[in-house]
Amino acid sequence: MRRSQKQAQESRSLLTRRGLMLGGAQAAIVAVLGLRMRKMQLEQADEYRMLAEGNSVKIRLIPPARGLIYDRNGVLLAGNEQNYRVTITREDAGDVPKVLSDLRRLIPLSDADAEDLLTDIKRRSPSTPVTVADRLSWEEFSRVAVNAPALPGVTPEVGLSRAYPRGPDFAHILGYVGPVSDYDLSQIANPDPLLRIPKFQLGKLGVEAKMEDDLRGRAGQRRVEVNSAGREMRELGRQEGEPGSNLQLTIDYRLQNYALARLGDESAAAVVLDVQTGDIMAISSAPSFDPNLFVRGISSANYKMLTDDDHRPLADKSVQGLYPPGSTFKMVTALAALEAGVIHPDETVYCPGHIEMGGRRFHCWKRSGHGRVNVIQSLEQSCDVFYYEVAQKVGIDKIAEMAHRLGVGVRHDLPMSAVAEGVAPTKAWKQERYGKDWRIGDTINASIGQGYVLASPLHLAVMAARIASGRAVVPRLIRSRDGVETPIAEAPPLDISTAMLDQVRRGMNAVMNGSHGTARGSRTVAAEWKMAGKTGTSQVRSAVVNNKNVPWEQRDHALFVAYAPYDNPRYAVSLIIEHGGGGSAAAGPVARDILLFALADGLPPLSAYPENQRSTIRTRQEEMDLVDPASVGTAKSRA
Amino acid sequence: MSYLESNLKTVPTGMRKVLYLNWPLIVLLTAVACAGFLMLYSVAGGHLDTWAAPQMKRFAAGIIAMLMIGFTPIWFWRNVSALAYIFALLLLVAVDLFGAIGMGAQRWLELGPIRVQPSELMKVALVMFLAAYYDWLDVSKVSRPLWVLVPVAIILLPTFLVLAQPDLGTAVMLVLGGGLVMFAAGVSLWYFGTVIALVVALVFGVLESRGTDWQLLHDYQYARVDTFLDPGADPLGAGYNITQAQIALGSGGWSGRGFMQGTQSRLNFLPEKHTDFIFTTLAEEFGFVGAFSLLMLYAGIIFVSVQSALSNKDRFSSLLTLGVAGTFFFFFAINMAMVMGLMPVVGVPLPLVSYGGTAMMILLAAFGLVQSAHIHRPR
Repeated sequence: MRRSQKQAQESRSLLTRRGLMLGGAQAAIVAVLGLRMRKMQLEQADEYRMLAEGNSVKIRLIPPARGLIYDRNGVLLAGNEQNYRVTITREDAGDVPKVLSDLRRLIPLSDADAEDLLTDIKRRSPSTPVTVADRLSWEEFSRVAVNAPALPGVTPEVGLSRAYPRGPDFAHILGYVGPVSDYDLSQIANPDPLLRIPKFQLGKLGVEAKMEDDLRGRAGQRRVEVNSAGREMRELGRQEGEPGSNLQLTIDYRLQNYALARLGDESAAAVVLDVQTGDIMAISSAPSFDPNLFVRGISSANYKMLTDDDHRPLADKSVQGLYPPGSTFKMVTALAALEAGVIHPDETVYCPGHIEMGGRRFHCWKRSGHGRVNVIQSLEQSCDVFYYEVAQKVGIDKIAEMAHRLGVGVRHDLPMSAVAEGVAPTKAWKQERYGKDWRIGDTINASIGQGYVLASPLHLAVMAARIASGRAVVPRLIRSRDGVETPIAEAPPLDISTAMLDQVRRGMNAVMNGSHGTARGSRTVAAEWKMAGKTGTSQVRSAVVNNKNVPWEQRDHALFVAYAPYDNPRYAVSLIIEHGGGGSAAAGPVARDILLFALADGLPPLSAYPENQRSTIRTRQEEMDLVDPASVGTAKSRA
Repeated sequence: MSYLESNLKTVPTGMRKVLYLNWPLIVLLTAVACAGFLMLYSVAGGHLDTWAAPQMKRFAAGIIAMLMIGFTPIWFWRNVSALAYIFALLLLVAVDLFGAIGMGAQRWLELGPIRVQPSELMKVALVMFLAAYYDWLDVSKVSRPLWVLVPVAIILLPTFLVLAQPDLGTAVMLVLGGGLVMFAAGVSLWYFGTVIALVVALVFGVLESRGTDWQLLHDYQYARVDTFLDPGADPLGAGYNITQAQIALGSGGWSGRGFMQGTQSRLNFLPEKHTDFIFTTLAEEFGFVGAFSLLMLYAGIIFVSVQSALSNKDRFSSLLTLGVAGTFFFFFAINMAMVMGLMPVVGVPLPLVSYGGTAMMILLAAFGLVQSAHIHRPR
């Protein structure tokens, strides 16, 4: 009995505990219900009341500010500028033609534009604002604003629009933005509602297109009350979006500016890499164009001018352009041969000026022949026969493998448009591509960078950087995102013995500084900036004739790769001048100037050049129209 | 001999029982019902006969039933609880077999002139039977797996029958009501934790599986979930009811638009305005003041009941009272949460306010049991 009483007491206290827990939980739920009532009936009552009255709440998107793009020093490359525009709403304007003619006394508007506008306004719903004029000056805009009371239905507005303050210098890297087209929308599986905003700007090309997701940002929302005619009555709530991420490129804007200016009127491209980090310091393609034209909507006349130009300004030759690398490819063949053991540093090959192979005669560029040459001399004098001979022993597949290791014939992952893969051919590749067997003549052609071998200036710059550093550096274009630096893993070693690399490096040194060097004329006399390089001349047509006597588009491409300083490499450069003639004469001096500019971080002193060239160099330096650093603000000074 | 029966002598008899009634409970119930009459009068467009008058008659009958049940000794109800459960179960089977079609689902049983909704009866019978079960079961055994399985079976049996109708709202109510009695009886919290975790995992799995190869629900069922999560996304389609209900509710503001002035309900924007969505009319016409007052009346009923349960030394009486109060709580909490967009729409009426005969009668009968427990409590 005592026991059962004790048990009864325990069960009672358990029940009381559980009962209180239940009561507490129920009280909590009642509190939630009460709070919900409070929220709906007290805080949001106006909104619901309005809904009940037949009006409706619409969500309007607030376009986020597009992320800014800076160069490596914090100089603005792509920004957003205030865009002053004037819109007209038919519903409020009443007599549209009259309002429009009044407006035309304040802002310039051609008769044709005005007519187009009238038909456009009639086509749209009465409550839709139609843009009358875009990109007005502040004066024009304020004139309209002051007179707004006399112009019913006319609204002066301020929006943001992309602007590229450095213009053509960065056109190929950044690309440009443009209004979203139906085609763009059809390409995206689940389009961001932002893209449906009229005149919303979407990256179309280059970094703007490839980094679109980072740059775009997230839309904000405005909850607005709209009447039955769709007109905004008032704003009920606002939730700001997130601006896009700011990007910092690895490019140095001054070097980029200089490189493009130095390429001048040629159809050419140049790439400068930091050999340790892979940072792309400059990547230019000439001629360039003004991306701002595309943002504003390019006129058909301007567009025709760009597409009709035989120098193809719209093409980015630095990463899209593929060329036979010519003799600049000889380092690849040399390294493949050294590694395969078919040639030793102290071994020589006899060059009689040509070789016979399968009933064909393959010429050295020097018809009289180079005599006996070793690896270093073969590079210095760019002897072709040396490479014909060793390539046959190495075989094309090993050459291709070396090319891939040096970054040629592989796709480098850069946020730029149409980055080309290039070709370092193998037997299997030819079989697959052309369905034909590989022939020994193909190997001979490939050994000197002709035939099937195709590389972009980017490939050649990576190759030069890898030879210089002995590491598999990877090109990098985005330095940081929203201030967070893109991590650079230290590049793994190339796995080529230093002794072999040194043979090639010494050969490249001899090209510029040796007594027989093909680019001796492009050397620098500044000991601390001693350069090593390699010329290349790639044939556009089969027979070699004097370049002076043929039309421009049939002349040879001039190529050059180089790095400096020779003892402690910092930068590598590659350069191509389409139909420029010989690599030593046309490309060498330009590559030298760009490389020296990078090393000197500005116009190089005349003392870096051989004495007999200084006066010419001075004249050229004085004639160049370069960007003035004082006129450019950096991110810090703006902030 | 139970503790209760040993105290028989102290139990009031005859007309003295009237004095021992839980009068605050009666006052609160009547107040809620009166709010209901007012609203039914309003939504009928000022006509008494449409809904308000029948509801009043049922309330009167329900109150009398409540008193009769209340004056009957509690031990009688304990002794018949198993019978009540079996009876309700048989009716449920019958409704599945012969039930008339109502609202797209079989819920009604025509017994001569009266229509019975057995699932409503089951809500009370289940609570009674479980309370009796735990009164009989030694308290040291309540958490043993075998003794937990028995009440689980008792709950799931009618639940499946109700689901077959199909009536998701009532099925949920049965599980919640039964679970509540088990909780009150002291079943280990581990069981409840596990079940909640499983349910959460299941819901998560169902949502995650969407669009994959192993999708667990049909697309239209996901559409309903979407409607709950964002009724505004499709305000003219699936989200119509809930959007209109919220507009009505929100537009009430502080003091409402005035009695019979609610535009939403007036203009027939509101669906099922006299049954499941009647709270929106009240909230629209009487505003926050009215809606909050009703919520407080409901909370008062729960408070008075829980207080009575905790002061009652008889285990069956306590569990029964907590169970009835809990079921009542789930009714109004689920209804209000649903109307205010805190929960997906399930068909649960607002107790004592929504138009509906069986529900009101059964609820008052259930409170009759609470009264009986209160009057006949050991002193």
